[in-house]
Amino acid sequence: MINIIWFFMIFIGFFLSFLNGSTDAVTNAAMKGGAAAVELTIGLMGIICIWCGVMKIAEKSGLTDIIGKILTPFLKLIFPGIPSGHPAMSAIIMNMASNMLGLSNAATPFGIKAMEELQKINANKDKATNSMVMFLVINSACLQLIPATIISLRAAAGSKNPSEIIFTTIMSTVIAAAVGFISCKLLEKSYE
Amino acid sequence: MAAIIKQFTIYTVPFIILGVLIFGYLKGVKLYEVFVEGAMEGFNISIKILPYLVTMLFAIAILRESGALNLITAACAPALKLLGIPPEVLPLVLMKPMSGSGSLGITAEIIQKYGPDSLIGRIASTMMGSTETIFYTMAVYYGAIGIKKMRHTLISAILAHGAGVIASCIICRMVFGS
Repeated sequence: MINIIWFFMIFIGFFLSFLNGSTDAVTNAAMKGGAAAVELTIGLMGIICIWCGVMKIAEKSGLTDIIGKILTPFLKLIFPGIPSGHPAMSAIIMNMASNMLGLSNAATPFGIKAMEELQKINANKDKATNSMVMFLVINSACLQLIPATIISLRAAAGSKNPSEIIFTTIMSTVIAAAVGFISCKLLEKSYE
Repeated sequence: MAAIIKQFTIYTVPFIILGVLIFGYLKGVKLYEVFVEGAMEGFNISIKILPYLVTMLFAIAILRESGALNLITAACAPALKLLGIPPEVLPLVLMKPMSGSGSLGITAEIIQKYGPDSLIGRIASTMMGSTETIFYTMAVYYGAIGIKKMRHTLISAILAHGAGVIASCIICRMVFGS
């Protein structure tokens, strides 16, 4: 899917540039886009390191386990298909904890682990289970407590209060997750 | 209300960092060493996302500089106005489900162009944190275990994304005023 989208982005862009005679400028911008990506990554590296450092302390001190225990009853509610104490649950908790700290790239390994565990209790190996769909949809609504990357972006751009968007982000992410949850529950019977 | 929320957000980050450090200290964690260890992982993550970022920003630059993104935005603008979504953030709305790093690039650009403390800048910042990259997550997670029948995944994820987008606009207008 992303292959087709990526191809068409480039295809439509270059095709349009041939039509309006801006090919030179477009080629230049494309090359600069690559350079901008490197600058952006370097700029973000510091903040990502800081949050990963904080996360590591939370993990080593057992704080993430405590958060996990608090979250388990909620997760049982969201994922009734997963048996108690199943390893899928702890992977899901770690994935959500990483997402909550805004470290979506740290969350991916846990997400894959959770999917592998869910696949073990899947009867039909090429069809997604209700729990898998729910996990992916909740994941795509990414409950986030600290959008660290955005805060650093805002700070870099000279915002007076870079973290002021934390509250608005939590509110909209909760609404997105709620809509995802409800639509999953409503649709799971019609997409057997 | 807005003043309380502003105060709350100023103290959230220091509170979380201090809380984690104090808890770690009480539990006898070697704070300095463990932080360095985590920072090293963060460094590796940054290096890993770099190629994805280059791949997406390269394509976005072509799409944008050619005027294609403007055409799409202009075509969708009337429908978005009805939903209360400012046309300036449309590139982000369209990109977010496709690529996290790509939408990060767009957010950076919006923030630079309109200012981080403008309503547009705040809406873009909020939107960026409120949903994830649907196509990427689906490709990676389902790809890892060989799922082919995704059932209602895409519909539900897009509904959640749409709700997050509309909610971002409404909530930002309420909290920060228009």
